[in-house]
Amino acid sequence: MIQQILFVLLAAVAIYFFTKKVMSIRRNILLGKDEALNDQPKLRWRNMFIFALGQKKMFNNPLVAVLHIFLYVGFVIINIEILEIFLDGILGTHRLFLPIIGSSLYSILISCFEILAVLVIVGCVVFLIRRNITKVNRFTKPELKGFPFRDANYILITEIVLMSLFLTMNTCDVLISWRNFFLLHSHTHYSLAELNVLFGGGIISTSLSDIIFSPAISTHALEIIERTCWWLHIAGIFAFLNYLPYSKHLHIILAFPNSFFARLNNIGQMENMPLIQKEVVLSFQPERAAEFPGDDAPMKFGAKDVKDLSWKSLMDAYSCSECGRCTAACPANQTGKKLSPRKIMMDTRDRLEEVGNNIDKHGMDFTDNKTLLGDYVSVEELRACTTCNACVEQCPILISPLNIILELRRSLVMEDSNVPNEWAMMFGNMENNQAPWKFSNEDRANWIKS
Amino acid sequence: MTVKIMSEMLAAGESPEVLFWVGCAGSFDQRVQRITKSFAEILNKVGISFAILGSEEACTGDPARRAGNEFVFQMLAYQNIQTLNNYNIKKIVTTCPHCFNTLKNEYPALGGNYEVSHHSTFLQELIDTGKIKIKEGGSMKGKKITFHDSCYLGRANNIYEAPRKVLEALDADLVEMKSCRSNGLCCGAGGAQMFKEDEPGDKRINVARAEEAIATGASTVAAACPFCMIMWEDGVKQKNAEAQIELKDIAELIAERMS
Repeated sequence: MIQQILFVLLAAVAIYFFTKKVMSIRRNILLGKDEALNDQPKLRWRNMFIFALGQKKMFNNPLVAVLHIFLYVGFVIINIEILEIFLDGILGTHRLFLPIIGSSLYSILISCFEILAVLVIVGCVVFLIRRNITKVNRFTKPELKGFPFRDANYILITEIVLMSLFLTMNTCDVLISWRNFFLLHSHTHYSLAELNVLFGGGIISTSLSDIIFSPAISTHALEIIERTCWWLHIAGIFAFLNYLPYSKHLHIILAFPNSFFARLNNIGQMENMPLIQKEVVLSFQPERAAEFPGDDAPMKFGAKDVKDLSWKSLMDAYSCSECGRCTAACPANQTGKKLSPRKIMMDTRDRLEEVGNNIDKHGMDFTDNKTLLGDYVSVEELRACTTCNACVEQCPILISPLNIILELRRSLVMEDSNVPNEWAMMFGNMENNQAPWKFSNEDRANWIKS
Repeated sequence: MTVKIMSEMLAAGESPEVLFWVGCAGSFDQRVQRITKSFAEILNKVGISFAILGSEEACTGDPARRAGNEFVFQMLAYQNIQTLNNYNIKKIVTTCPHCFNTLKNEYPALGGNYEVSHHSTFLQELIDTGKIKIKEGGSMKGKKITFHDSCYLGRANNIYEAPRKVLEALDADLVEMKSCRSNGLCCGAGGAQMFKEDEPGDKRINVARAEEAIATGASTVAAACPFCMIMWEDGVKQKNAEAQIELKDIAELIAERMS
């Protein structure tokens, strides 16, 4: 009974804090500007299935894709087992589903979970090696120093620990059942498969039990180990749940809405600015005013801070798993420039968290006189972008770092008039000669004669 | 060379099948002018009636918009759309992927709706329908050639095969660089980069790209973008590989070899 109360209390606290954090993330994302992204639902569902569920872009590197699938399928499917653990915790039962679905089906299911658990461990170990020993280039970039680097390791190690606890717990359970059974049938010999079905154990835990079937550990000790693993496992899961929203690991949830709401227009197309369009058209043709209804609220050009970005860009920032495929593909980054699309995403998330925290502490209208542009992202970074879309193309979950870069550039040029000399000349030429170079428009067709 | 200007054509009571959008680089840059001429020559040979806007053409505004100056973009876009709509233009072909992207994807929101094609798909169709024939001995058989994907043609508009199909018509040995198609490395010109110095770094992007081409051992690099061509010329020069690598637009390669 005490265990049940303790469990319910732990679950309630974990779910409360998780929900609270999720709501604050939701509020932060909605601080962004409106952008209608719910047209063409069929295509959107398709994108979600292909890119989030199917992880299509991960398969650019099949080995990594398969290992990632282990982690991901393992994570999702083992959650079915968590349902049982959760119900056991509340009801004070032990393996609630075993008598309901029968030991043979139960053993098949548990076997699947256990195989997945082993695959998850394999995946995590390989990923830890890639990050810490072979040091894959994209994991060694400056923006990953400190917490972001440790974050990935924490997650991988936690997953290994959770899976090991799960396997240990199951093995103890099998051993205990065997002890009880063989006391009654001391000379009976069974095959592993038969044992499996007999006790509803999993294939891995049954095999392990076979190896370590030793009388040295008392049944009482096994029971204590089993209970300890059970508690550590579920407590670990609750802790993980609450770590998730602070971590790059949030992508396991947000990858889905993020690919669903991805912009569907051609990636070469920049967002139009209707108010500037209106101003320009009406300066030439005032009579067309009727085509542009609506008020002329003073507008900010581009984005100086996170609130000036579209909500989708803010969701992009929370969805980013900091894998760095964007940065690895970026021509500016490859040639040693400061720009890193991944850093743009990380900066946006960090700044948004800061703005959110300020709102929690000081209310909606508080300003800390900091902005994404300048305090987080430097002019030099923005200037290095060739708008080549390599980062956008690479992102497995359809994030657009380019959208943020271009919005920040708009603010830099149109709000701050912060323009390098060469660009100032280019703008001047375009305004006066209709070409980026200082040539007379009258000479445009001279090539025919040359 | 006979190339008609739109205003003259209208005065003569004619209308062209297609408008050839030359672009600023195609009009003013000496190297790129050769691409413009090659394409015009092909159109003339095939017998397609076309016109250019001449002095009425303005920059599409692409570099200004991507640098962050929406005002300059909107002004130029307004001017161009007025011109194109006044001439009742329906079909446009251009040798510049940046112009192509802006005309095709960004002008519709501003009231400019045209059927826009890039010369790579235009040439591919002419080859497929047998209107372009490669002359006897015009094949590049045995010669290694590599194609550089322009970002605004490839990633931005998903056109990867058309320029390669055009090159296949020349029977050359097409080899790919380390990064190609959707993984293609930028030439370094986009987003108005061509009009300013690089930001501080280890090397220029066009040099990195030239190194990839040199590694293939190809004797010809084919491009389909005037900005890429300008960047490539410089990148190959910096690697002292001018003698070893010839830089050609797909239109030039076809024009030199069609019967």
